[in-house]
Amino acid sequence: MSLVSAERLSLAYGGQTVLSQVDLTLDPGEIVTIVGPNGSGKTSLLRALIGAVAPSAGQVRRRPGLKIGYVPQRLHIDPTLPMTVARFLRLAGRVSRAQVHRALETAGVPGLSERQMSGLSGGQFQRVLLARALIETPDLLILDEATQGLDQPGSAAFYRQIEAVRAETGTAVLMVSHELHVVMSASDRVVCLNGHVCCEGTPAVVASAPEYRALFGPGTGGALALYRHDHDHHHHPDHPHDHGHEHGHGHGHDHAQDGQHRQNRNEAAE
Amino acid sequence: MMLDDFMLRATLAGIGVALAAAPLGCFVVWRRMAYFGDATAHAAILGVALSLALSVSVFAGALAVALIMALAVNALTGRGFAMDTLLGVLAHSALAFGLVAVSFLEGIRIDLMAYLFGDILAVSRLDLAVIWSGALAVVALIAWRWSALLTATLNTDLAFANGIDPRREQLVLTLALAITVAVAIKVVGVLLIAALLIIPAAAARPLARTPEAMAVIAALIGAGAAVLGLRAAYLFDTPAGPSIVCVAALAFLTTSLLGVGARRA
Repeated sequence: MSLVSAERLSLAYGGQTVLSQVDLTLDPGEIVTIVGPNGSGKTSLLRALIGAVAPSAGQVRRRPGLKIGYVPQRLHIDPTLPMTVARFLRLAGRVSRAQVHRALETAGVPGLSERQMSGLSGGQFQRVLLARALIETPDLLILDEATQGLDQPGSAAFYRQIEAVRAETGTAVLMVSHELHVVMSASDRVVCLNGHVCCEGTPAVVASAPEYRALFGPGTGGALALYRHDHDHHHHPDHPHDHGHEHGHGHGHDHAQDGQHRQNRNEAAE
Repeated sequence: MMLDDFMLRATLAGIGVALAAAPLGCFVVWRRMAYFGDATAHAAILGVALSLALSVSVFAGALAVALIMALAVNALTGRGFAMDTLLGVLAHSALAFGLVAVSFLEGIRIDLMAYLFGDILAVSRLDLAVIWSGALAVVALIAWRWSALLTATLNTDLAFANGIDPRREQLVLTLALAITVAVAIKVVGVLLIAALLIIPAAAARPLARTPEAMAVIAALIGAGAAVLGLRAAYLFDTPAGPSIVCVAALAFLTTSLLGVGARRA
């Protein structure tokens, strides 16, 4: 039985349709990534799946007793609220000290348990959120732009961790990300969303789909290729400066330039 | 009989209110609902007026109106008005209607002052029973929902993903706030209830590393302020309710300075 499924799901806020007729099914153990431009309803879809918003039409089915580990896009802890990392992890329910240690280790931040949440760096904070999501061995891990505020190597490492966690625990993963090239390589399936499902399939299928290229421009195919260390990609036509072609990418790809590409594409998509 | 001593009754009443106000006050601080306490307390004046008019117990009247007020705010939030605007409208309207309603009643003007500023020295044995039952109910309610309340306070989506409905937890807080206001109105009065909610919690913050520690420390500071404030009021012949709040404020000043010192060190 699938873990969670949306059937003909539509969502509207104040008369404004955010999602229409979305079908999505998640099976145990699979990694599914949702991509889409800003305002395409990615976060709304996640919120509908966890039951935080009621659909205006269609329905969401969750397997009875489904345990969800959720990593929100942003978590602001008010400075008036004292909270150690260990206490934060124990909020999830009855968990032992050993479980706290194991979850922090799995998330890649061992030894933080007695630190104050407010004293953590951005990367540590995101990993503690991941540890909290993992602590009760969820059937489904949901990550909403979980690497916001991390630099490129940091977020690449974060997603490698997610893959490792899936390999170890068999949890299904549903994530939303802007970092197409990093995320897509780790996904079994990619869903391209823009108010409705534009296209879906394996990363390679989606990256070459015309709907996807229409949203993100042809450069995205290059971004995926970039990840595969194939540097012969096509540059976005209105890219401000002409770089790269002359010196032929002697050693490895330039992450900063790649980020620049992505930003341009997002602006173009809005 | 020990409870014959009015100072002892006053002290016990102050401690009871402080115990309920401490954990609740922590949530009020964490959730930035400081004005919510004010609004509920102001609304309670209308309740006092109505209960005097209808000759029912002041506790019941204050509780009913505080509850209605709290539920109204709960229901109206997120419908086009910001929370602070909504609270401002409801709180001041309720206070104004309360004062107007009181003016129709004969000969209770002096009593009204008592409800604005409280009259802890006039606490009867029955009042003491009401205060302690209310306080214990609030503490039990918050202890029961503690983890869910904390999760909902941190992030509503996190709560939903864990099967917690944050709206229900908000309702629990609202209910607890209404009960606290209703039992505290006679002791510290409307104007000082919000102070007793917020100041001990704020004073506890620099000393605490976990939410539980903050609630416990806030309770100790609140109870200490009640004891010392009443003692000071007796010695220096100062008004009792404000004296309690003054001691709490001094505690806040002290712990804040300690906190700054600890950060420098």
